[in-house]
This record gives sequence, structure tokens and C-alpha cells, in this order.
Amino acid sequence: MSELLKVTDLVKHFPVREMQGLKMVRGDVRAVDGVSFTVDHGQTLGLVGESGCGKSTTSRLITRLLEPTSGSILFEGNELAHASEARLRPYRRDLQIVFQDPYSSLNPRHTVATILSTPLRVHGLAKGREKQRVQELLELVGLNPEHINRYPNEFSGGQRQRIGIARALAVEPKLIIADEPVSALDVSIQAQVMNLLGSLRRELDLAFIFIAHDLGVVRHFCDRVAVMYLGKIVEQGDRQQIYTAPQHPYTQALLSAAPDINVVRGVPPKERIRLVGDVPSPVNPPSGCRFRTRCWKAQDICASVEPSLESANGAAPGHTLACHFPEVKTQLTAEVPA
Amino acid sequence: MSTQPTVLTDPTADAAAEGEVVLKVRDLCVRFPSDEGMVNAVSDLSYDARLGRTLAIVGESGSGKSVSSMSVLGLHNPKRTMMSGSIMLDGQEIVGASPSQLQKVRSSTVAMVFQDPQSSLHPFYRIGNQIAEAYKAHHRVSNAVAMKRAVEMLDLVGIPNPDRRARSYPHEFSGGMRQRAMIALGLVNNPKLLIADEPTTALDVTVQAQILDLLKDLQREFGSAIVLITHDLAVVAEVADDILVMYAGRAVERGLAKQVLADPLHPYTWGLLQSLPSASEEQDHLRAIRGAPPSLVALPTGCSFHPRCDFQAAVGGDACVSTLPQLTPAPGDDSRLTRCHLLDPRGVLNEEIHP
Repeated sequence: MSELLKVTDLVKHFPVREMQGLKMVRGDVRAVDGVSFTVDHGQTLGLVGESGCGKSTTSRLITRLLEPTSGSILFEGNELAHASEARLRPYRRDLQIVFQDPYSSLNPRHTVATILSTPLRVHGLAKGREKQRVQELLELVGLNPEHINRYPNEFSGGQRQRIGIARALAVEPKLIIADEPVSALDVSIQAQVMNLLGSLRRELDLAFIFIAHDLGVVRHFCDRVAVMYLGKIVEQGDRQQIYTAPQHPYTQALLSAAPDINVVRGVPPKERIRLVGDVPSPVNPPSGCRFRTRCWKAQDICASVEPSLESANGAAPGHTLACHFPEVKTQLTAEVPA
Repeated sequence: MSTQPTVLTDPTADAAAEGEVVLKVRDLCVRFPSDEGMVNAVSDLSYDARLGRTLAIVGESGSGKSVSSMSVLGLHNPKRTMMSGSIMLDGQEIVGASPSQLQKVRSSTVAMVFQDPQSSLHPFYRIGNQIAEAYKAHHRVSNAVAMKRAVEMLDLVGIPNPDRRARSYPHEFSGGMRQRAMIALGLVNNPKLLIADEPTTALDVTVQAQILDLLKDLQREFGSAIVLITHDLAVVAEVADDILVMYAGRAVERGLAKQVLADPLHPYTWGLLQSLPSASEEQDHLRAIRGAPPSLVALPTGCSFHPRCDFQAAVGGDACVSTLPQLTPAPGDDSRLTRCHLLDPRGVLNEEIHP
């Protein structure tokens, strides 16, 4: 598989001013602070982490809805990080995004036909047969092609998300960035949309960056997983490596905190790692390792030296993590007896 | 400050009272008019909530799980809503009660924790004042005593530096801290019943684990009954004792949470469990339930689930389309209730789903 997207040392700081007593202090929200990863053709990368860890900002940087402070975004070898709007235009077709909220991401005053034909018109695709193409798209995402003249409010949440997916597919992208695409949906509808995304990925050979906080959804959908904490990737690897042999304490805590339905089937409850406190402010992140303020393994070195993302001892190739004291914990996700 | 203030102990919540029914809902129907027609939000719903136990009410949006618990608190618009049946809360009838009677019952017997702590705390008032105000509404005490009580409650729910944080405003708290403050506000009058409507849905997974632990600890300490409304079956598996699965305003399955989740009897429960991607095992394909939940304005004839159900052939005839099944004890197991025409659900489950 060849490399489609290569992100290196991506940084986004948002300047903020806040009052500390009577003094105005300038600072930066370090939303994304040195993130690197690659996505191959047809590959699915999951970005997981808690709110405020920078996963959505990362998606907006890659699609250049935001301009990065520094770093590089290579898409098929072309630098997008600081490209002008005109130079970006051809790549807008290759990089599409599906948003979380199917209610606010569709214009309520436009019919489905308008919503789906606008990207075609913008990119000059399917000239003269736009209506036919729109109907094809509706069919592709499992909607009735006769509903072409309906408005978004005539559809349910799951159907609207299908329209959002059809809009992203209209321009035949190579990479789709899905930012929490199913978290606003009910469980039974969520499964339908997940299955739709899975079959589209296989049929159209799409690459995905899949952002979600639901660890079950990510495990179901993604080939590779990157775990983010406070603007940095702390651990990255194949799905199997991250879920069965996580080495970073934060990944372990995250996995152990997810409630598990298998306890009712006699699977012994996981050993819970309880994190205390809250995520520190990204304006003033802790020195050294950013997780150290909540980490039970933290020692002096963690406060002074920032661990870099590298392969740990005994880790499989492609499995990298940023920790001074990595340790394999396998009992977190014991396999379910048949 | 002590973490176990003795003033909080409710003499009625001692061990002897465990298992006492605090909330008894019988044949509850809730309907209200809308532009499209009459909405049948809840139909024929019956359940009990007992001291010291957690009842999970599970269902998707529009299944009536939130409406049914709102009516327990009398939070509906009395001019528009039509309610029938009975809601006995600690021996008092809620259906048809006057607003002043409801006011008395509310928060002295029952408290509610909402999904979104941001919008359920008042943004202009300090956290401590809001809790103290709730306490003063039911106790004739001075401001200072009420404030002391508020600080104790914040300490109890695990907020660090409670006397300082009591002077904070809601926006100065993180999401998890706000939800803790909401729980403190709910528990300040020692309610026998706590209704938690999706209390962890807006929270991150590590914070969710903290809040669920907190609810369990507080329940052990106070022995109150908890009604947990959620769509997350994994949360139910971890914290609930009993479960009630709702679909289109009706209960479709009821029983002990462990039994229902390990050995579900209703096709809708099967569908929910199979739709769930798990973080602890790998699946190739999720068996989604086809279609979408029905409109509560025009419910399907017969069993509300029949348009989405794959097992009508196993019933035979047109019973599913024509006759509404009753919530009846499962074959050979009186502790379990299910609303389905299938005579041998376990046989169907073993043949068709787990071959």
C-alpha cells in the first residue's frame, strides 16, 4: 500500500487573552502540538481521545478548514499546510469530511438535490447528468432515489447522516475524514451507518480518518489507531496492538474505563484504572510528559524530559508510544470465552 | 472536613428498609397533542423502583423513557398532557396531584440529574448558593447552615477544596465537576429516589467511569433507589440491578439486568445487543436492526416492533401484525417479562442468531 497522507509535526496554536486578577495575560491554546502520522491508500486510521485532546482540530487542519501554525501536510506528495485557496482547490475534491451532527451540517433550506449537486457543480463533475448522478448517490447510501426533492427536515437522523455521507462521496474522494459520524445516532441506527461506511470503504477503496470517542466503534472500524492526549499522540499502532497490548498508561486507563457489556456473560470485570482529576489546561500544559499529572507511574524524569513517540522495547513494528515507563498490560481486554 | 458527615444519614434508609418500593408505576399512559396528531409517548407502563437498587430504563430516542420519568416528577405541562394510570411515589399519588402537592414531593422524596449539567445549573449563581437554596426550600435553617450543608455535599461528591469551589460559578467547572455538582444538588435533601437521565452521555469515558462509581458509592451509603435512564447497554451491564427495555412507548422486556443482557428474550433486545460494537472483542459485521423507530403519532398495528422484526415467520399467521402482545412472564421463568408472540424465544435465538 502506498502512502496517501503524511502529516509531520503538525501544530495549531490559538492565541487567547485572559485576565489573571487585573493583569491581561496572553497565551496560546495548544490545541494540536506536534502530531505526526501517515495514512495509506484504503487504510483507516482511528483518532481517539477525550474532549479537548485536539482530534477535531487535527481533522480541520488536514482539510485546511484551519491553517496550521507549523508543520507539514503532504497529500500524495503535495504540501497543503500553507497552500493558497486556489492551489488547494484540486485537493478539496480528494479530501472530504463527514460531520458529527446530521442536523446542523445540512442546509435546511436546500433540497437533497441541491445539497448533493452543489459539490458536482463546484468541481465540474457529471455535467449534463447531475440529476442521474445524485440519484446514484442516494442509492449508494441506501436512500430512496425518488426522495431527491425533499428537504433535510423530512428525514430522520440516520437518513440525514446518509445524506452527509453521499455529499462527501459525490466528488469521488480518496480520503474521508469522519468526525464522530455516528455518535449522535441511536444504537440501532448507528450500526446501520457503520455497516454502510464499512461496505463503502470496501467497494470504493476509500481511506478514512475516523474520529470517535467510542472505543468500541473505533475497534470495529479502524485498521490503525492513534490515541491523543492534550494535543499530542501518546500511542499509535495497529488496532490489535492498541486494544490487546496497550503500553501507554493513558491508553490503558482509557480502555479500562470503557464499560463492558461482557460482564453479564461471566467475563470477570476488568481491573479498573481510575484516573483522578481533570485534563490540564492546554494553555499551560504540564512540563515534560503531559500525562504525568494524572499518571500513577510518574517520576522526576517525567516532569523534566518529554518522552518522544518511538518504538518501545518489545513492541511490534509500527507500534509507537511516548512514555518513559511503558509496560504491557494484556488482561485489560481479555478475550471473551465462546 | 470529614468525608462522612453524620447529619446526612437518613434514619429511614437503614438496612431493614432495603428493598422497600419507593416508586410504583402502574398502567401509566402519557399522551399529548402535537401538530401532527396525538403523541402516544408512554402506554401501559408498569414498574417498581426499590430502595438500594438501580433500575435501568433502556431505549432509543422516542421510546418514552425520558417522558415516563418526567411524569414521575410532574414536569409535564398539566394543561396539555393527558395522563392516566397511577404513579405512587413514597405512598403519594402523583397523577392528578396539584402543583403545590407536587412541589412538596419533589426533591424531598425525589431528585433528578439531567444529561447536560451545563444547562441545568443556573449560570448566574454560585454553585454553593444553588445547593443551599435547594436545601432551604425544604428546611427552616439559616443561610450559614444551608451553606455549610452545601459545602458538605460538594465534599461528599468528591469536589476538591469544597469551601472554595462552592463560591465558583458553573462555567468555572469542567463537565465532570458540573455533573458532580448536579448530583450534590440532587442529593442535598436526602431523596429516596434519584432519577438520572443519561447522566454520563455528555461526558468522556474516564469521567463517565468516575461518575458511575460515585453513584454506586452514594447509593451504598444512603440506600436510595436509582432510576437510570440510558441508551448505553454497557453502562447498564456495569451498574444496574434491574432493567426495563422500552420500545415505542411500551415496555418490551423486564427483569434482572444480568439475566436480560445475558439471555435476552425479545427480538428488539437481541437487535440492540447485536448493534453494539464492543471495545473488548472484534466483530466483522454488526447485525443492525433494519428500518427506523416508528412515529409515536401513528404506531404500527399489532406489535409496534413488527415492521423491523425478522422473526414474524417463527410466530406464524398474522398475529404480529394484528394483535398487540401482552407483557407476560417468560416461559418457565416468572421473574422475567417479555412482550412478544414467540412461544420459544430461546429456541429461535439459538437457531437463528447463535447457530
